[in-house]
Amino acid sequence: MQKPLLSFDDYGIYCAAADVYIDPWKPVKKAIITHAHSDHARWGMGFYLAHEHAIPVMKYRLGEDIKTQSLKYGEEIIMNGVKISLHPAGHIWGSAQVRLEYKGEVWVVSGDYKLQADGISVPFEPIKCNSFITESTFGLPIYNFPETQEVHEEINAWWQTNREEGKNSVLLAYSLGKAQRVMAHLDPSIGNIYTHGAVHNINEIYEAHIGPLPEALRIDSSVNRKEIKGAMIIAPPSAISTPWMRSFSPYKWAICSGWMQLRGTRRRRGADRGFIMSDHADWDQLNTAVLATGAENVYVTHGYKSIYAKWLNSNYGLNATEVETLYTGEALEETAEIETTESKPDESI
Amino acid sequence: MKAFSELFTRIDQTASTNEKVDALADYFAQAEEQDAIWAVAVLSGRRPKRTVKTSELWNWSGELSGLPEWLQAESYHIVGDLAETISLMLPVNKTFSNYSLHEVIESLIALGSKDEEARKSYITGMWAALSTQELFVFNKFITGSFRVGVSDKIVIKALAKHFKIEENVVAHRLSGGWEAQGNSLPSLLSSDSANNDISRPYPFYLAYPLEAEPESLGDVSEWIIERKYDGIRGQIIVRNQELFIWSRGEDLLTEKFSEFHSLVHILPNGTVIDGEILPRKENCYLPFHVMQTRIGRKNVTKKSLQEAPLVMVCYDLPELDGIDIRHLSLEERRNKLEILLENLQTDNPDLPLHISPVVFCKNWDEAASERLRARETFSEGLMLKRKNSEYKTGRRRGDWWKWKVDPLTIDGVLLYAQRGHGRRADLYTDYTFAVWDGEELVPFCKAYSGLTDKEMLSVDNWIKKNTLDKFGPVRSVTPELVFEIGFEGINPSPRHKSGVALRFPRILRRRLDKSAKDANTKTDLMELLNIYRFDNAE
Ligand SMILES: [Zn+2]
Ligand SMILES: [Zn+2]
Repeated sequence: MQKPLLSFDDYGIYCAAADVYIDPWKPVKKAIITHAHSDHARWGMGFYLAHEHAIPVMKYRLGEDIKTQSLKYGEEIIMNGVKISLHPAGHIWGSAQVRLEYKGEVWVVSGDYKLQADGISVPFEPIKCNSFITESTFGLPIYNFPETQEVHEEINAWWQTNREEGKNSVLLAYSLGKAQRVMAHLDPSIGNIYTHGAVHNINEIYEAHIGPLPEALRIDSSVNRKEIKGAMIIAPPSAISTPWMRSFSPYKWAICSGWMQLRGTRRRRGADRGFIMSDHADWDQLNTAVLATGAENVYVTHGYKSIYAKWLNSNYGLNATEVETLYTGEALEETAEIETTESKPDESI
Repeated sequence: MKAFSELFTRIDQTASTNEKVDALADYFAQAEEQDAIWAVAVLSGRRPKRTVKTSELWNWSGELSGLPEWLQAESYHIVGDLAETISLMLPVNKTFSNYSLHEVIESLIALGSKDEEARKSYITGMWAALSTQELFVFNKFITGSFRVGVSDKIVIKALAKHFKIEENVVAHRLSGGWEAQGNSLPSLLSSDSANNDISRPYPFYLAYPLEAEPESLGDVSEWIIERKYDGIRGQIIVRNQELFIWSRGEDLLTEKFSEFHSLVHILPNGTVIDGEILPRKENCYLPFHVMQTRIGRKNVTKKSLQEAPLVMVCYDLPELDGIDIRHLSLEERRNKLEILLENLQTDNPDLPLHISPVVFCKNWDEAASERLRARETFSEGLMLKRKNSEYKTGRRRGDWWKWKVDPLTIDGVLLYAQRGHGRRADLYTDYTFAVWDGEELVPFCKAYSGLTDKEMLSVDNWIKKNTLDKFGPVRSVTPELVFEIGFEGINPSPRHKSGVALRFPRILRRRLDKSAKDANTKTDLMELLNIYRFDNAE
């Protein structure tokens, strides 16, 4: 029997025929990266291949000196006879599924994905394959995300109400992806928009490569906090209960995440509001995506992997297995972010 | 139903007390009388008797969603709330019908006398007619208490605001047993004595834990210091020749505590005493667990009555001669209480009411060393109460403090790990710890709180790499990591392999300085048990 095209080892998802890893979590010579989130695009690879819109973020986060090659969606390259191409994953801007074809066998590594159109990233495209690697962050039937448009309207209404009460609105969203998605749908006629430095830096990359966002002021020492009134402030989740956040008093704060679907999660965070919005697929989206690939083998990574694999097996008769990885899914604190920065050796020594 | 679930959402979406009060007051302003009283009833935990079984809810909702039982169970494990899980898994409705709150609750009550088919058709019919928001509220009505981030204090404030009555008065009229059906808020809250339930306790005044240094409380002479006993907080009431015993959870426990039944002839009418109900044996007050079995039991045996009869350690007197004296200073109330008990004692030497002894301290240092004697006195520490304090409502800062002793600790080895809930579903966060029994490790407690998110991630990572075996959601791991476990009490438990059961165990810290062999032993646990527990004869 032929050895499978992809395998899972201590470094990541490995394609032996092409001698390349996909989203490895330990340093390797050659890596294909699905998207620039820090649990997928890690430090220390000899070479990075990724979508053209993911590379500027990776350079910003991992260093200008990393060796890279960029691809457009659908563009094909050959490595040792393995045909490789990237296809829209709809997760964040510049996110891709990796398609690998060798001797008639097709694998798709989807990284993170969603089927909901978010208005700023190229929507997910189902790719036919024999074997499909899927995440399962929200792989339970309790996750059914509301229409994106509804949530954007709720956010604007919340901002408006807070403003009328003389309060600022602090919205916590992942700096890469979610923040731009939220920004692009804010109604600037309500008031001024401000951004945390971490968000602002990513916004600049977005604007340089993709398109304009509503005007927003970066919060730094030159900004007089007293002048910020009834404004919308976009910050990463790491800003929770920091003096930085409190400096916007009086304010209300909200979290933007798929986890907000569960009442307990929202309440434990102590947020005033939880907006159910995710860049991952919910239950129906996962099932739709898996079935659309026509794959007979499904490998389930980060999330409710054993439950979701069992469901695919028992309900659709697919050959589904759970795979242990070090991807973290949708964290509420960007802990993954912190971890990777810390594991990076101090270059000054 | 729609208005109530909107109220619920408004309350649920804010952490601010004022906003919750406003939301409730707005609701009272527009709700129908019959709906408003039901809203108060369910928000203060007076849920009608349950009429639909959990298994029925699973079966019926499974038929509607088409999801298999194991997946329902997994989902429930993650969500942790039955009502919420079911509302998230039911098909989403596009059109909704409108029902009033009292209509829904009274229909649910009426299901008690109906057969399964009728119950099913009502419940599934409602599931197909409600919005997602209403579904959760509806399921909550069926399944459990409706404590949804609204304390009694908030309900009381809102009622006081809406009806323009003093909060203390509202609190008093709202406490105890009352029926919502056929009743209304104006009549419940009116001063009309015919409507005044003589069983009604006063809302308990609760102490906050003392976190600051006691010196910050000022001069020790302004304080009454008592031991904090580990019993059941209760109020003993005699009014109109009737006796009522209420627990802090507002359960009426009169029947269970036969030791106090003679008080109906002894205490003058219009007396309410606040104190701690405890078993007493050979001049010692015993801790809570000795009587825990008694609470659940219908009939108390003669034996247990003789072995450890209950007494109340009395520390306050909210009502005397039928007059609410909560506004007097604690010193005055306590004086009256002492006189009352002394007088009664002369005629009734076996009176089951004891005055809570005052621990006299000349300074805070003395108080600190008295606090450390907690375990010899089978108490949890000290209570500090300001002499000039009124008897307030609910948990308030400033005048009453509980100053407990530090928890007992033991170092245990991590043996098993289980996945957490919600966003931690992918992390191993629930741990079982073991101590050494010779060469063998025996599990002695489970704990899941206490680590920071960062520590939890690193332990989770370690667990994934050091798994020995998997069974369902549980993994056994190489016995290597040591944690310091803190707990509030320790009791003998023949059901556990370790022979003990801990009260409120939690992780204090990871002992990076210790390896597995340095962890504590079963003998250490037994020693703690001997120091701490009181050996009851059974
Ligand atoms: Zn991602
Ligand atoms: Zn991911």
